[in-house]
Amino acid sequence: MITEALVLSAILFVIGTFGFLVRRNAIIMFLCVELQLNAVNLSFVAFSRMWGIDGQIFVFFVMTVAAAEAAVGLAIIISIFRHYETVNVDSFNLLKW
Amino acid sequence: MTALLESLGYSGWALHALIWLPVLGVGLVLWADEAQAKILAFWWSIGVFVLSLGLWWAFDPTRADMQMVSTTPWIEAWGVSYSLGIDGISLFMVMLTTFTTSLAILGSFNYIQKRERAFYALMLLLEAAVIGVFVATDVFLFYVFFELTLVPMYFIVGIWGGERRIYAAIKFFLYTAFGSLLMLVGILYLFAKAKLVLGLPTFAYADLLQVPLSGTEQLWLFTAFALAFSVKVPLFPLHTWLPDAHVEAPTPGSVILAAVLLKMGTYGFLRFLLPLFPVAAQHPTVVTTMLVLGVIGILYTAWVAAVQPDAKKLVAYTSVAHMGFVVLGIFALNVNGIQGGLIVMISHGISTGALFLLLGMLYERRHTRTIAEFGGIARVAPWFATAFVITALASIGLPGTSGFVGEFLALLGTFESHPTIAFIATLGVIFAAYYMLPMVQTVFFNKLETDENRQIKDLSSREMVILAPLCALMILIGWHPTPLLERMEPSVRAVIERVEAAGAADAQASFDPTPDAGPDVEDDGIQVTDGDE
Amino acid sequence: MVSGVFASLIALTQGGGQAAAEGAHFEPFLPGLVVLLPLLGFLANGILALRHGRASADAVRAGGEFNLGGPDSRPSTHTLPTWIGPGVMAGAFLITLVNFGRMLGVHLEAPVVVHYWTWMATGTFTVDAALQLDQLSMIMMMIITGVGFLIHVFSVGYMKEDPGYPRYFAYLNLFVFFMLVLVMGSSYALMFVGWEGVGLCSYLLIGFWFADREKADAGKKAFIVNRIGDVGFLIAMFLLYKAFHTVDFVPVFAEAETLAYGGALVTAITLFFFLGAVGKSAQMPLYVWLPDAMAGPTPVSALIHAATMVTAGVYLVARSSVLFALSPVASATVAGVGALTALFAATIALKQNDIKKVLAYSTVSQLGYMFVGVGVGAYAAGVFHLMTHAFFKALLFLGSGAVIHAMHHAYHSTHRHEDAQDMRNMGGLKAYMPITWATMWVATLAIAGIWPFAGFFSKDEIIWQTAAFGGAAGAPFPTLYTIYWIIALAAAMLTAFYMTRMMVMTFHGTNRTGEAEAKQLHEAPATMWIPLAVLAALSAFGGWINVPEAIQNSFLGGMGAFPMSEWLHHWLEPLTAQAHHIQEVNLGELSHSAPFGGGEVLWAVLSTVAAGVVVLLTIRTVGRQKIVSVAEDTTELTGISALLYNKYYVDEIYDRFIVQPIIEASRFCWRVVDARIIDGTVNAVGLVSKGIGWGISMFQTGSVNTYAFILTVGVLVILGASLF
Repeated sequence: MITEALVLSAILFVIGTFGFLVRRNAIIMFLCVELQLNAVNLSFVAFSRMWGIDGQIFVFFVMTVAAAEAAVGLAIIISIFRHYETVNVDSFNLLKW
Repeated sequence: MTALLESLGYSGWALHALIWLPVLGVGLVLWADEAQAKILAFWWSIGVFVLSLGLWWAFDPTRADMQMVSTTPWIEAWGVSYSLGIDGISLFMVMLTTFTTSLAILGSFNYIQKRERAFYALMLLLEAAVIGVFVATDVFLFYVFFELTLVPMYFIVGIWGGERRIYAAIKFFLYTAFGSLLMLVGILYLFAKAKLVLGLPTFAYADLLQVPLSGTEQLWLFTAFALAFSVKVPLFPLHTWLPDAHVEAPTPGSVILAAVLLKMGTYGFLRFLLPLFPVAAQHPTVVTTMLVLGVIGILYTAWVAAVQPDAKKLVAYTSVAHMGFVVLGIFALNVNGIQGGLIVMISHGISTGALFLLLGMLYERRHTRTIAEFGGIARVAPWFATAFVITALASIGLPGTSGFVGEFLALLGTFESHPTIAFIATLGVIFAAYYMLPMVQTVFFNKLETDENRQIKDLSSREMVILAPLCALMILIGWHPTPLLERMEPSVRAVIERVEAAGAADAQASFDPTPDAGPDVEDDGIQVTDGDE
Repeated sequence: MVSGVFASLIALTQGGGQAAAEGAHFEPFLPGLVVLLPLLGFLANGILALRHGRASADAVRAGGEFNLGGPDSRPSTHTLPTWIGPGVMAGAFLITLVNFGRMLGVHLEAPVVVHYWTWMATGTFTVDAALQLDQLSMIMMMIITGVGFLIHVFSVGYMKEDPGYPRYFAYLNLFVFFMLVLVMGSSYALMFVGWEGVGLCSYLLIGFWFADREKADAGKKAFIVNRIGDVGFLIAMFLLYKAFHTVDFVPVFAEAETLAYGGALVTAITLFFFLGAVGKSAQMPLYVWLPDAMAGPTPVSALIHAATMVTAGVYLVARSSVLFALSPVASATVAGVGALTALFAATIALKQNDIKKVLAYSTVSQLGYMFVGVGVGAYAAGVFHLMTHAFFKALLFLGSGAVIHAMHHAYHSTHRHEDAQDMRNMGGLKAYMPITWATMWVATLAIAGIWPFAGFFSKDEIIWQTAAFGGAAGAPFPTLYTIYWIIALAAAMLTAFYMTRMMVMTFHGTNRTGEAEAKQLHEAPATMWIPLAVLAALSAFGGWINVPEAIQNSFLGGMGAFPMSEWLHHWLEPLTAQAHHIQEVNLGELSHSAPFGGGEVLWAVLSTVAAGVVVLLTIRTVGRQKIVSVAEDTTELTGISALLYNKYYVDEIYDRFIVQPIIEASRFCWRVVDARIIDGTVNAVGLVSKGIGWGISMFQTGSVNTYAFILTVGVLVILGASLF
């Protein structure tokens, strides 16, 4: 039981990571990060079946943070879009030296 | 007066108030109207000054140890405490700070034209930090205040400064921060050692004095501390930040920088270097190095000052020369020398502070500081010229002014222990005239030629109020320095006794062939104090 | 001026101090007030000057010049300084006189020290603000306040129309204050206060007309050169402290003899003190500031650069007689430098045309004599010459001031810009200024050493003592002292020549001022000629207070009819006795004959006759020379004349080999050492850090994907590392 859940979690995480690395659309990258978070959540829930409630409590924390992050992140993306009329991350390199 | 102060419980709260009143002032000034900020800041600083005057009477001149001590635990786990106290060495530094800050604030009324609230708030913050440096008796607290002084000064130079203000501000900050970080390492080492030996975490100055250190340790720690303080003094060749900072800083910034901030370096020598590392401090190599650097500072910067086209830069260089006398006096390691050094510190604070104020007033009138641009001003501004000449004479140490008393005693003390070095340093007396008189002559004497110079106004009554107490003090201290000297003497003696005792123990240990001194003697021959057992 | 005469009368009538009742007690009378009065005068005049300065500044700002007597000026800016300036001097002089009278009445063995407050006390070193009253300081006080008062009075007339009138008196009063501190201070430290203080006043007064760059430069030069000497004074004090742990006169002299006779320490102390004296008293090689100091107002030259300040060095040596007596090397140096300077300056004076320059070099030369005196252990003789020189040289300067004043007015009235100080423009002034002419001749005869004028007794005493000292049984360098003696005699002849030349060029022959100007020449006003007359009386008779014993009974001393034999010598005895004792123990009796035979009387007659002959010959030869005014003078000087006229090019040599190299070195220190090397290193450190940062910042691509990739790789690496 736990093995399947962990495999699924790992697949989801790799998809998220891969997506984050190869895509250029900020929103898709953002969703990939969410996917990674949820992959971790899944493994937390799976482990909590074996070792008690702690994992589930942690999931709530992660979800809260993710929600807050989504709010802030999306807001940033929207304001960037307003400014540049694109969400392609390659065109944002202001932080470059 | 003493009774009145006692009835107020003055010695219990005075030191705290001297630190926290200016901080409160920062808030008030920020909260006040832009137009009122300077008036409020001035009267506030006057209040602080008046408060500090009480120290004169509350201070017991017969005691050598820290007075008005109060300790409150701050970070107990590390043994950091908020503890304050003053002795004969710091007493006059505190009074000098409150005195010059008031005058510097009054002197900036015309000079500072933008962001006045922020400026005066920073001045008061600076005052609080500097007083903190002089009254802290916890090394950690001292370090916090020591670094805190950088922040307001950085902004004062960087925002209200001249054209190259950013360069100057960064140079000032990096130079001094570089030095003090080494000191931080030294402090942490001391802390660790204290914890090991005394068995409890402590940063208290009195405790750290008990920490036994081997000769090698002392030399390393001495170097770390000395670098931090030498940059502040500044000692040749670590002085190049000073001319830039002075030239770019606004008048009040220069005044505080010269009058007080530089003193933190020599104060550090007296407070930390000599008592904490007495063996290193009288190591012949160390003493010779410091004395030689002091002498080079005196002669070399006098020469460099003499050929400066910018009056403010000239005065900045003379600061290095004056502080060279202080270093000389301190490392003479005798009563005359150290007391002389302390008087030079006070005198330099007053006279160089006044010189910067005067140059600032000149700049406000003419918008230039190039010496060659002026000429013959004494004819249209006689009061101005009089004040300037008095100040310049005090600066070059003419007898009858404060400068002479200090330089004379410092040189006398140096001559006692190191005649050759004192002999060379005395030549500085000639070169002081060589840098100052041509400047005075070109600016105030000679022919009154240009129309701009003809229209220069004499001192306003506000400016007279600033300069009168400064000039009066220069002459008063010149003729009657005894009240100052007698208050300093016990503390100075204590420092010297500590150095000498350590030296004697060291000599005995290293020349004593019998090893039965046993556990009390470490490998390289340092007497270990009781705390070890 | 009346009191000036009074002073000498009282001094003469009351007899010597040694005649007084034993055991009587000297009660000093308000000694602090002597010092305080000039200080108060300075403050009052200073405030007046500053108040006046405001009004004056407004006038200057408007483009004009302030007229002191004009409608804008308050009457007080002229009247008050006129009364305050000389007034405080009169007060100080009267108090000094009272003290002098009291001291005459008792036999004062030890100096009286009046303590006021503790000046500096560090715990191991203490100096008090205290005044010392003894025979030497009393003589100096008399000269300073007495001659000083006369010069103040003279200044009232001389400076009448100067816009800086109150400022002038402020400076002059301040000078007197410091000079009194110098001679009355009870320790070397306090003496040093006066020492540098008078230097300051000299600086301010030389540059009094500071709008003229040359004059301001001269003041600066005086201050800086003096400071070279001051370093010597400071070092000497440090050495004294090291030896005795005090710098107070009384304990230092009491313990002085614990130092080895001729030892290195005492020699070092005295030589460093002498360096100070060389600077202040304008001896070789530091004399260069004094001729330039003539840029100041002429009464200043009389007071500071002739009568008082420049003699401070002689006072210093006389005061330290015990120390100098202990060091034969230092004493020989003092006498040698004095003798050389006396000759050297006299030769320069031969060729000068500026009346004040002649007097300046003459002063340098005469100061050299005083040093010869104190260098051969004749401390009383040195002080004696100091005193007579104060009389006749002040008179000469004031007289030249009267002449310049008249010349200046003459040229001013016709708006001609000619040199009012050049003797080639003078000539024949006798007809216009008879009083000045007569009084200046008295002074000239006095300085030339003609009997019975004051200079004869004092100069002859010094020359004789030089011979006597060299002939002593244990004299350290007998040949050297013979050479000094010959130099001193030669310089005396030169003095007679150049002074007479000056008088002839100024007052005799035909007038060369110009026809229109000559009509404007006139005698000085009463405020100016009365001080001249008083000083002339002193120059004429002042020498009789110290007629040497040997001469006293010859016809030169009035065949013993006069009771004042060696009065000054005896008066100073309590202070010089110790030095004389040291000398006698170590050197033995002084000789009673000159190196080439002959006694004191013989050589005194010889020298005065020789000087008289020189004077007469000079009157003849210079009187016959054809002198033309500056405008018409086209003669080119060659050879030795050019060398002397240009003062041996010493100023040029100093400038080339000392001043310029220092300035060059200063530039080098600034532009190369400070800006390039030190600051260059600092900035290089900054640049290197910046460069490293820039290199590393290349990783900051700004692309989120790169960051993400690096992050992932990083995580994988850490994971891998922790797994294996």
